[in-house]
Amino acid sequence: MSDRPTTAAGPPGRPTRRTGRLHWPAVVPFFAFLALCFGLPAGALVYGAFTATDPATGDSHATLDNVRQSLKGIYATGLGGSVQLSLICALLATLFGTLIAQAVVGSRRPALRRAVVAASGVLANFSGAPLAFAFVATLGTTGTLTRLLSLDRTGFSLYTTAGLVLAYLYFMIPLMVVTVLPALDGLRTQWREAAASCGATRGQFWRHIGIPVLLPSLLGGAVLLFGTAFASHATAAVMVGSSVPLITVQISNALAGNVLVGQENLALAMSLNMVVIALLVMAVQIPLQRRSARWLG
Amino acid sequence: MAGMTTAAQPPVAPPSDRAPGQRPAPPARGRRPYGRLVVLLVAFLYFAIPVAASLWFTVDDPVKGFSLDVYTGHLVSGDMLGSLLLSVELGLATVALGLLLVVPAMVVVHLRLPRLRPLVEILCMTPLVVPPIALVAGVNTVLSWAPGLARTPFYQTLMVIQNEHFPLVLVLLYTVMSLPFLYRSLDAGLRAVDLKTLVEASRSLGAGRLMTLGRVVVPNLRPAVVSGAVLSLAMVLGEYTVASVLGYRPFAVWMVEVGIEEAELAGAAAMLSLFLTWGLLLLLTLLAGGRTRRTRRQRKTS
Repeated sequence: MSDRPTTAAGPPGRPTRRTGRLHWPAVVPFFAFLALCFGLPAGALVYGAFTATDPATGDSHATLDNVRQSLKGIYATGLGGSVQLSLICALLATLFGTLIAQAVVGSRRPALRRAVVAASGVLANFSGAPLAFAFVATLGTTGTLTRLLSLDRTGFSLYTTAGLVLAYLYFMIPLMVVTVLPALDGLRTQWREAAASCGATRGQFWRHIGIPVLLPSLLGGAVLLFGTAFASHATAAVMVGSSVPLITVQISNALAGNVLVGQENLALAMSLNMVVIALLVMAVQIPLQRRSARWLG
Repeated sequence: MAGMTTAAQPPVAPPSDRAPGQRPAPPARGRRPYGRLVVLLVAFLYFAIPVAASLWFTVDDPVKGFSLDVYTGHLVSGDMLGSLLLSVELGLATVALGLLLVVPAMVVVHLRLPRLRPLVEILCMTPLVVPPIALVAGVNTVLSWAPGLARTPFYQTLMVIQNEHFPLVLVLLYTVMSLPFLYRSLDAGLRAVDLKTLVEASRSLGAGRLMTLGRVVVPNLRPAVVSGAVLSLAMVLGEYTVASVLGYRPFAVWMVEVGIEEAELAGAAAMLSLFLTWGLLLLLTLLAGGRTRRTRRQRKTS
């Protein structure tokens, strides 16, 4: 940021007009690409969510029916189920991720830290279909652990919300570890020493200094995790199918015409609901990041 | 992982310089390393068991006992290699397109058009808000307009990008989905080097724009470029939602298709994809290793 003032002046001798004219080849393709490949589908999504096409005549007209239908009955259950699952997963992953990260930061062992960071990088990317199969192989009906511990007799089933939480945490905890490590590093040792020399206990340090300073980062991480869990589709689709109502699975079913033919616009309305919720949740993160930057920047 | 079991900390000194009359040191201080050990041990178990159990699942035959049949027999088939190859091609194309679009734009915005920076940031981050399933729902709609455009060149374009052997439409969508990764790592990279001085030096020595970009800018951003590229590649290799809705068959979709019939095979494929990601990220640390070491040293001295 400190180099900002020189930008206007530019290097002497070189006419800035010439370079100014030549900026566009670097920037325009980027904007054009986004407009075509992201703006166009997004526009089609919004447009389609608010229109209905008459199958007989092919005429389309504006309507709120899709949106209304997408917020009723099984689709409302699906949306609620997704929000609930994402909330549970985000909270648990924030908690466990922070605990693990703090254990790593506190140990001051570079080897341990490197191992945990590397493992987290891999595991955070281990999601989707492979993750679902790994959990089916472990805890599914004929899974290794299920047979080993006779889990089926205890009434445990992987194909429930609890099973999904267990599977989602597998990539969400590492994601939180990676996200929160820099913030925990930012908690200066001097603060801890200052608190200790004022007679504060560990608990008091965390209650009055550690948690308040970290709170924005923790909430920011939780928001990111919520978004990840909310958007994730493959793991649930492969592992539980439609037995746990989730909006992503319902959208893909509607798109594939599994439920009723001609439900594409309903799928678009459901997608729009998802985007709106994601936007609301992400909007929380922006002011938070600004606040945490003040302390941990 | 060897370090995990030896996480106990050397004895802590501070209690000794505690002045008399202050509150006595809480027992928590002595208990702390055990708490940390328990956390790490539980985490290790939670993350190791599914991998170990899946590996066991794939080699444990209910009739024959231990057998590597899944790996030697069905896993490596023409079908699987075809879809894996498709995934790799899609991934490389995505990385190439993403870098071509984002690197010049971000460098120019960083150096010359700082006012555009917030706009570029917002645009690169929006794909995070639109879940893949919603994005592909929109794309599905756009593609369904094709019959109405039958007499226009748009129709040809729509057909070309849906080529079964190399679905460009997936490359385009994956590029959109990888923008947040590319933006984050490149932004961090751009903040870490004084690119302005480097570019001015290069320009004043007579280098052209492209030469400056290729010989000065990109080498200095190498770690950022590599980490963004590897993250995008890992994303593409595991992507299922978009490809399956649009009806293509890269690796993840193949895995799900075989997994419905043969659970062992799916487990083996899942392990393969885990180790593939692991290898990719290992490659990343090797390629970007020089820089991480330097920054760590800098952090220590500051």
